[in-house]
Amino acid sequence: MTEELQNDPANSRWESGPTVGRSIKKSGVRWGEFAIKSWLASCSFISIVTTVAIVFLLVRETLKFFESVSPGDFFFGTTWTPLFQPSAFGVLPLVWGTMIVTIGAAIIAIPTGLASAIYLSEYAPDKVRRTIKPVLELLAGIPTVVYGYFALTFVTPALRNIFPDIQVFNALSASIVVGIMVLPMIATMSDNALRAVPISLRQGAYALGATSYEVTTRVVVPAGLSGVMASFLLAISRAIGETMAVSLAAGQTPNMSLSMFESIQTMTSYIVQVSLGDTPSGGVAYQTLFAVATLLFAITLVINIISQLILNRFREVYD
Amino acid sequence: MPFSSEQESRHLAHRHRKAKIFALFCAAITWSCVLLLGVLLYQVSIDGFKWLDWQFISSFPSRFPERAGIKSALVGTIWLISLVAVFSIPVGVSTALYLEEFAGRGKLAKIIEVNIANLAGVPSIVYGILGLAIFVRYFALERSLVSGALTMSLLILPVIIIASREAIKTVPLSIRNAAYSLGATKWQTTWSHVLPASFPGIMTGVILALSRAIGETAPLIMIGALTFVAFLPEGPMDSFTAMPIQIYNWVSRPQQDFHELAAAGIIVLLAVLLIMNATAIFIRNKTERRLK
Repeated sequence: MTEELQNDPANSRWESGPTVGRSIKKSGVRWGEFAIKSWLASCSFISIVTTVAIVFLLVRETLKFFESVSPGDFFFGTTWTPLFQPSAFGVLPLVWGTMIVTIGAAIIAIPTGLASAIYLSEYAPDKVRRTIKPVLELLAGIPTVVYGYFALTFVTPALRNIFPDIQVFNALSASIVVGIMVLPMIATMSDNALRAVPISLRQGAYALGATSYEVTTRVVVPAGLSGVMASFLLAISRAIGETMAVSLAAGQTPNMSLSMFESIQTMTSYIVQVSLGDTPSGGVAYQTLFAVATLLFAITLVINIISQLILNRFREVYD
Repeated sequence: MPFSSEQESRHLAHRHRKAKIFALFCAAITWSCVLLLGVLLYQVSIDGFKWLDWQFISSFPSRFPERAGIKSALVGTIWLISLVAVFSIPVGVSTALYLEEFAGRGKLAKIIEVNIANLAGVPSIVYGILGLAIFVRYFALERSLVSGALTMSLLILPVIIIASREAIKTVPLSIRNAAYSLGATKWQTTWSHVLPASFPGIMTGVILALSRAIGETAPLIMIGALTFVAFLPEGPMDSFTAMPIQIYNWVSRPQQDFHELAAAGIIVLLAVLLIMNATAIFIRNKTERRLK
């Protein structure tokens, strides 16, 4: 770098001292700078290319899929047996399975996550907060396959003690571990949102004689609501896309049962099931992968966009 | 008057009691989450520790639990992560530098930014499908380490970019201005001032992103990393297995012995992750002190 500086004519002039009347105009195009800037720009285009590739690939293969299966059968059919005869391509059982697991996980994770966030931001002493937050982050960093192990060896046996007629693979166990998995995300994101609420709002409420419960539920949480809601939505989107824990815990039986005690199949675990077998390239079975993945991608994308809109639109701005 | 003073004080006591119960409730829930983590870790160590010895680390997988080990998976993971680091760090950091230092606040920069935020939320299995169709099939890289590493790199790029941008944002404007006032060009300023100053923050983000890649299973299953590999990969074009896949394989077998092997594998995996996270925290703490 120093060599470059010395060879640069703009710098070598300084060795003989500044000359009187020297132009301070820009000294031509710097090709080195230009090359570097182009490299950096092309790196940042990789992200665009990735998105385009994902969308192009999913749409193309899904359109091919719809040549052999009508969209009506796919979206509204209630039987999913693409891998054996007689084959049926109704995706509703997979969507149903995903929904059951996600709703179960949300019922577990949203109240507990919010309560933890409230404790961390409103009640916990600073020292406690500094210990618990890294622990929660650690919990969030545990690989999902490990949660699958917990579901099979810990949660399901415990559930079988309480409900003897529960199946080995069941939706309830999957919901519980997915709930535990997304809980730290809700807790840390909501904690950040609640802490961003200025202290003066709390002081104002306390000055009017409110108790800590009233300050939290009627001032702090409503003020930080956009961040809290965004964390809920991101957690739900993550639960929908969760793969390994669900396919280990909930099994591979696509059905539309109302019971949490039975084995179900989610969109993600169907994709895993197909790819664990020897997938023939180009067949209808291969195309179902893309059709299901497109649906999954579209659902999570919509939820993510809504959460970003909530964050940007409804953010209460305080000084 | 709607309340007598006695009623009023009873009402007040009730409100304060409610506040106290609520505070206790929130604290109890938080601490039970922490307790839960403890219980889970305890459970894994109870199950796994008796299988965890040198024989386990240095053996290939086997149909017989007493002979099975994690050697090929461990070596595969090390290969995979090294390649992912080579692919993703330069591209991720370059993107972050471009967006923060060069791109300005134009429409294009805004589009790239929104796009990266959305990519960060795409489920990992969708990246797996992308890898399967593009790297494995289209570029015919087969079920090799390169395919896996490229797929994983795309997956963690948004994480690296977002973390690096945060780190670059913390470099004070005065440092850049000082460099410019001495006649440095934009890139000279970026390379010798902005990058060194934000390096620790970038490293922290990179390590956390890589530790996410170590634990990811679904994309590797999609691109067809093998579940039973009794050899070590010798080059980037060889087929491979990785620790989370080996664990998945063991967990999905019905026998109790294999579940305990999975627990032993999980201990090794968590140990690797813990070391990486500790390194990240160490770097973060060390730099916080230096900047003061």
